[in-house]
Amino acid sequence: MSWNDATRRAVDARLAVAREPRFFAAREWQVLNRLCGRILPQPVDRPAVPIAALIDSKMRRMGDAGTRIEPMPWDGEAWRLALTALDGHGFMNLDDTDADALLTRMQHGALASDAWSRVPPALFFAKRLLPDIVEAYYGHPTAWSEIGFGGPASPRGYVRMDTNRRDPWEATEARDEPEAALRANRHVR
Amino acid sequence: MREYRLDDEVDFLIIGTGAGGGTLAGKLAEHGFSVIALDAGLYFRPLEDFASDETEQEKLYWLDRRVCDGADPLQMGGKNSGKAVGGSMVHFAMVSLRFRPEWFKSRSLLGYGADWPLDWREMWHYYRQAELALSISGPVSYPWGPKRPRYPYRAHEVNSAGRLLAKGAEALGMQWTETPLATVSAPRGKSPPCVYRGFCRFGCSTNAKQSTLNTWIPRAIAAGAEIRDLAMAGRIEVNDAGRATGVRFHRNGAWHFQRARNVVVSGYAIETPRLLLNSATPRHPHGLANSSGLVGKYLMTQSNQAVFGRMDDEVRWYKGPPSLTITEHWNYQDNKDFFGGYCWMAQGPLPIEWAFIQTGARGLWGEALRRDMMNYNHQVGLKMVGEVLPDTRNHVTLDDERDQYGLRIPRITFSWGENDKILIDHAIGQMTLSMQAIGAREIFAQREDANHLAGTARMGFSPETSVVNADCRSWDIANLWVCDGSVFPTTGGVNPSLTIQAIALRTADRIKAMAQHGEL
Ligand SMILES: Cc1cc2nc3c(=O)[nH]c(=O)nc-3n(C[C@H](O)[C@H](O)[C@H](O)COP(=O)(O)OP(=O)(O)OC[C@H]3O[C@@H](n4cnc5c(N)ncnc54)[C@H](O)[C@@H]3O)c2cc1C
Ligand code: SF4
Repeated sequence: MSWNDATRRAVDARLAVAREPRFFAAREWQVLNRLCGRILPQPVDRPAVPIAALIDSKMRRMGDAGTRIEPMPWDGEAWRLALTALDGHGFMNLDDTDADALLTRMQHGALASDAWSRVPPALFFAKRLLPDIVEAYYGHPTAWSEIGFGGPASPRGYVRMDTNRRDPWEATEARDEPEAALRANRHVR
Repeated sequence: MREYRLDDEVDFLIIGTGAGGGTLAGKLAEHGFSVIALDAGLYFRPLEDFASDETEQEKLYWLDRRVCDGADPLQMGGKNSGKAVGGSMVHFAMVSLRFRPEWFKSRSLLGYGADWPLDWREMWHYYRQAELALSISGPVSYPWGPKRPRYPYRAHEVNSAGRLLAKGAEALGMQWTETPLATVSAPRGKSPPCVYRGFCRFGCSTNAKQSTLNTWIPRAIAAGAEIRDLAMAGRIEVNDAGRATGVRFHRNGAWHFQRARNVVVSGYAIETPRLLLNSATPRHPHGLANSSGLVGKYLMTQSNQAVFGRMDDEVRWYKGPPSLTITEHWNYQDNKDFFGGYCWMAQGPLPIEWAFIQTGARGLWGEALRRDMMNYNHQVGLKMVGEVLPDTRNHVTLDDERDQYGLRIPRITFSWGENDKILIDHAIGQMTLSMQAIGAREIFAQREDANHLAGTARMGFSPETSVVNADCRSWDIANLWVCDGSVFPTTGGVNPSLTIQAIALRTADRIKAMAQHGEL
C-alpha cells in the first residue's frame, strides 16, 4: 500500500490500542464487548478488530465533548447509562438469537424502564451505538480489505477512473474467481 | 510572519480564518491594512500533518461542546464545522458554485425568503475573483444561468460514479456538467495536480486542493498579516462610547486582550452568534449587534438527502473528488409546487461514511451489515444540496452549560419546515428516477441528512430587520463587522463557500473605499 508517514502513524496507533478498558467499568466493559460482537459479528479465522477497545479509547479522549442531543448526556455518560440499562434486561444471559431480538426492540424504541430515561433507546441506538461501533470497525485496515477499499493511497493516488478499471495496486475482486483473484493479488503491495 | 503586540491597536482583528475570515484577512492585508486573524484551531501543514484517514482527520473538526434540540436536531462536527486555520474549507468538498442571480432577490422575484442588499452583477464580478484566486477547475461553458467566462483550469477527468450521474440525467432529459472544483487539474505554484485519492473531505495531504489554508492565508502573511492560531476568542469588549475596543482571547492556558480599531467576527453560523451573545454588557444586555433581536435567528442548513443503489459493474466510487459531476436542473426550473431549488451531485463516501449511511438510512447491523458492506465497490449514489427556507424557529441561543474555557455553550435548535419537506421529497423522487434509469438495483433513500450552515447574523436593508448591512458592518456598533456564512438571508440551492468568499472580497473593497472617504 502507499501510505504517507502521518497515515502510517495514525493507523499504527489504532492497531496498538490498549486492549484493557480505561474508561468503562468491568461490568460495562463486558456488556460492551458482547454488544459489539452482536452488531458486527466477526469471522473467527482472523484476528478480530478490537471494537470495544477503540470505543473505550474514544470515550476517554472525548467522552464529555462534542455534540449532545437532548435529552441525552455527553457521549461517555450516555454510553455508561445505556450499557447498564441493557444489562438490566438480562442481555448477558440471553443466547444470540434472543440478544438480537432485544437489540431489535431497542432499535425500535420498544424497551421501557427508568434506566432509559436519559438515553431513549431508539435515539441512543441510532445516534451513538451504531455510529461508534461502525466507526471503530470500518476505520480498521482489516475492514478495508474485507470490503475491497483501495486504502489511503497517499501520495500515489489513482489513475484508472472508469467503470471496471482497477489500478494495478488495487486488489482484484474475489467474488467470481477466487483462484484468479488470489493469483492477481499476489502482485499487489 | 509579522507578529503584533497585544497593545498594538491593529486596523482589523478578525476572529476565524475560514471562507469568510481567511479571505477577508488576505484581501485587507493586500489593501494595506494591519491585520491579525485569530483562529481557535491549529495551523496545519498538510504535507506533514494530514493523514489519509477518516478517523485521524477528526482533528480538523469543531468538537467543543454543543447541545442540539428541535424536531430534527442537527448533526454537528465533521458535517458542518471546522476548527483549523483555513476553517471548514480545510475539509470542504471543493464544490465551487455561483448562486442563481434571482436568489439575491428571492422575496421580490420568487416570492419567498428575504431579499439580499447585494446586486447579482456585482457578485458576478467577485465570484470571478474568487474563482481565479482558487484556480477552480471546471467546464468550458456552464449550462445554467447567465454567461460566465471559462473556468481558470480545465475540468477533471470524470470517474465512473460521475459518468453514471451523467447517464441518468441524460435519460431524464436534464443537462449535467463537470462540477467546478477547488482542486487543480494542472500544477499551480506549490500545488501538484490532483491525484484522485478521494480524501478531500478529510484534508488533502498533497496540497492539490485549493482552500483558504493554502491560498488566502499565505497571501495574508505575505502582505503583513499575523495569523494567530490556537487562540479562542471569548468576548468582544465595547467601551462607553459604544465602540468595540478589542477582543479577549484564550491562548497558551491564559486569557489575553488584543486591542483593535475594528473587530470582524467570522466564526460561522454557530460560533458567530455565540460570541456576540456571550459579549453582552449592561448597555447591550441581549448581546452585541443585537438591537433587532435577530442574532442567532434564522439558522439555516441545507438538505443533503441522497439516493443510493448498486451496479453489476465495479464503480469504485472512492476514486477522485467525490462530486465530479452535477445537475443544477431544479435550481433553474420554476414550474414546481414548492419554494427554493436544489442540485445533486455524484457521490464517493469512504468506508466509515458509507457505514454511517447504511446504519443511519437502513438501520442495518449484524451479519446483514457486514455482508452488504462487501458490495462497496459496486455502489453508486446521488446527493442533493437543497435550499432550506429561513425560519425564526430555527436558532442558536446560549445554554447554561460551559465549555473547556468556561464559556457558555451554544444550543442549536432545528426542525425542517413544511416547504423543506416537500422539496426533499421532490428531490428524492427525481434522484430515484435517475438511479432507475441507469439500471441500479436495491435502490434506497437516505432521508435524514443536512450539511452546510447559514444565517444567524443576516444582512439586510434596515437595523430593524437585520444584523449587518450590505458591507457586513453591524448596524449597532460601527466598528464591529460580521463576515462569514452567517450573513446569508437565504441559502440558495448550491454549496455556500464561493458566495461567502465573494462577499468577503466585496467587503474588503468596500472597506478600502470607506477608508479613503473617511467613513470607517
Ligand atoms: C465536510 C464539509 C464539506 C463541505 N463541502 C463544501 C463544498 O463542497 N462546497 C462549498 O461551497 N462548501 C462546502 N462546505 C461548507 C463550507 O466549508 C463552509 O460553508 C464555509 O467554510 C464557511 O465559511 P465561514 O467563513 O463562514 O466559516 P468556517 O470556514 O467554518 O471558518 C470559521 C473559523 O472560525 C474559527 N472560530 C470560530 N469561533 C471562534 C472563536 N470564538 N475564536 C477563534 N476562532 C473561532 C473556527 O475555528 C473556524 O476555523 C463544506 C463543509 C464541510 C464541513
Ligand atoms: S482527490 Fe485530489 S483534492 Fe482530493 S484529497 Fe486527493 S489529491 Fe487532494
